[in-house]
Amino acid sequence: MSIWEYANPVKFMRVSGAVLPWLVIAAAVCTIGGIAWGFLTPEDYKQGSTVKIVFLHVPAAMMAINIWVMMLIASLIWLIRRHHVSALAAKAAAPVGAVMTLIALATGAIWGQPMWGTWWEWDPRLTSFLILLLFYIGYIALWSAIEDADSAADLTGVLCLVGSVFALLSRYAVLFWNQGLHQGASLSVAPGERMSEVYRYPLYLSMLGFLLLFLVLVLVRTRTEIRRRRLAALQAREMRA
Amino acid sequence: MIVLLKRDLALATRAGGGFGLAVAFFLILCAMVPFGVGPETSALRPIAPGILWVGALLSCLLSLDRIFALDYEDGSLDLLATAPIPLEGVTALKALAHWITTGLPLIAAAPVFGILLHLPGQATGWLIASLLIGTPALSMLGAFGAAITVGLRRGGLLLSLLVLPLYIPTLIFGTEIIRRGAEGGDPTTPILFLAGITAGVMALVPFAAAAALRVNLR
Amino acid sequence: MSLLAVHELAAARGGIRAVEGVSFTLDAGEALILRGPNGIGKTTLLRCVAGLQPAVEGRIEMAGDSVAYAAHADGLKAALTVTENLRFWAQIFGGGSVEQALAAMDLTALADRPAAALSAGQKRRLGLARLMVTGRPLWVLDEPTVSLDAASVERFAALVRTHLAGGGAALMATHIDLGLQEARVLDLTPYRARPGRSRRPAGFNEAFA
Repeated sequence: MSIWEYANPVKFMRVSGAVLPWLVIAAAVCTIGGIAWGFLTPEDYKQGSTVKIVFLHVPAAMMAINIWVMMLIASLIWLIRRHHVSALAAKAAAPVGAVMTLIALATGAIWGQPMWGTWWEWDPRLTSFLILLLFYIGYIALWSAIEDADSAADLTGVLCLVGSVFALLSRYAVLFWNQGLHQGASLSVAPGERMSEVYRYPLYLSMLGFLLLFLVLVLVRTRTEIRRRRLAALQAREMRA
Repeated sequence: MIVLLKRDLALATRAGGGFGLAVAFFLILCAMVPFGVGPETSALRPIAPGILWVGALLSCLLSLDRIFALDYEDGSLDLLATAPIPLEGVTALKALAHWITTGLPLIAAAPVFGILLHLPGQATGWLIASLLIGTPALSMLGAFGAAITVGLRRGGLLLSLLVLPLYIPTLIFGTEIIRRGAEGGDPTTPILFLAGITAGVMALVPFAAAAALRVNLR
Repeated sequence: MSLLAVHELAAARGGIRAVEGVSFTLDAGEALILRGPNGIGKTTLLRCVAGLQPAVEGRIEMAGDSVAYAAHADGLKAALTVTENLRFWAQIFGGGSVEQALAAMDLTALADRPAAALSAGQKRRLGLARLMVTGRPLWVLDEPTVSLDAASVERFAALVRTHLAGGGAALMATHIDLGLQEARVLDLTPYRARPGRSRRPAGFNEAFA
């Protein structure tokens, strides 16, 4: 039996339905555990208590990028192997990714205000996330604009492909652009570089929690999409008969 | 193939073709900016390259939805898809026609509008150069967006939403060329980047655009 | 020799198979008229043959670049004159004489008028004259006689007959009688696709039904 068996909608529904309750529990334990543990860590000598937002900020930022990569892979699977569930999974993941990007941007702003004295800085990293958000919005808008499911899946797949190339290109263009403005004077506090173990382990737990949370959300949303497609299919068949 | 280009140019320049509207829009945009930021040279000069590029970009956007929509509605696109020309060639030619009717007039008008925005004289050459190198990519990426949204009734707004993020790298390197040129720096690096983007776009995006058209035609 | 051979073709519309198991061949000098109730999939089948949409199953065999397709939209530009419209398609397809095509559909007097000034029937005639200038042997026509008067229908039938005599072939969907006695008729009603068989889904609507 190959892994493609799970691309069959019936099989997908059965397996995902069985896995989902356990995933929900694991995601809840890890996410809540990670953030709560993070909250109990001692205050940073430089950043004070503001450092604790890292347990929300970093996992969200990580997922924002990973979800786009997952959408790219799902789109490729759809375009090459025509597995319908794959296209729906990409559709289901997009709003989750957009919200993760928003969380990363919002927590970044809240963290940036006491640290840098500004809500927003056109730092390459921040700018890249803003651009990523634009790509998410375009992708979601295209899905919702096209009525025919087959065309929508194909066109969003092509957009995801081209968008990925340009998101990456923008990432490096932004790096170039910002250096052009102020020579290497980046305000970014790269997390993880000099992070002590006190912070690292709760952060890992929180990251795992966000990953599981994403899996839960994408499975639930894909299941909803499958049911919605099934309803549409039955209606279409009734119309035809 | 050249016939298709000739026809598109003829259609654009005849009555109802909308030729010159983009330049008019570009003029209005450049005329509005000083009302917003103030007439002082010190306020206008630093933002002139950016305004000119953003203005060119938005003016280019205006006519994008016409690239395929008219041919889609009257059935020409069906016929072109069955013609001996590959659809990739059709998309590239249509983008070229768009560039000639929209991009070239913008480039010709840009130095004049640069004067309105107090762009330093030595930067004018770089302005023209950067637009010449960069705008073909705008037209080709626009054709891709137009191909994706051609079947939609209200695709115009969505088209802007899809295409503008794709313009970011071109915009960044385009303005950087002028900025460095105006400051007397060496703009070779951004020129190479911009030319690289345009070359890559011209080589690869026609395939994506043709794929999108095929989906919309079936 | 056969210009077109269709084997066990299944064609889908809106992600659902409309017709399936359709097989026919079309030789030079032959005309085949597709019939069937609305929504059976005549247009879908014609678009498959024209290469505008992929077949779900089956094979379509023909020489490359042999189809001239004409459907409800004529592909005319209002801002161009009748001659310019026709010459454009002649050059794109590398085909035949514009003057002959104009004469055949009785458009010579209108040659220099802008296409915007034509009536619906005249536009239709221009759209059909385009078939001649493509120089393609296989005409694929979807409701070619819409908005034509009786005299023009006769003229069109004569055009098709000339094409067939010249070694061409025509595949068309039409509801009215063209007076082409030699044309074969294929009723698509028995080929209506039935749901429920296990097979490769044609689209979302079949994958999830």
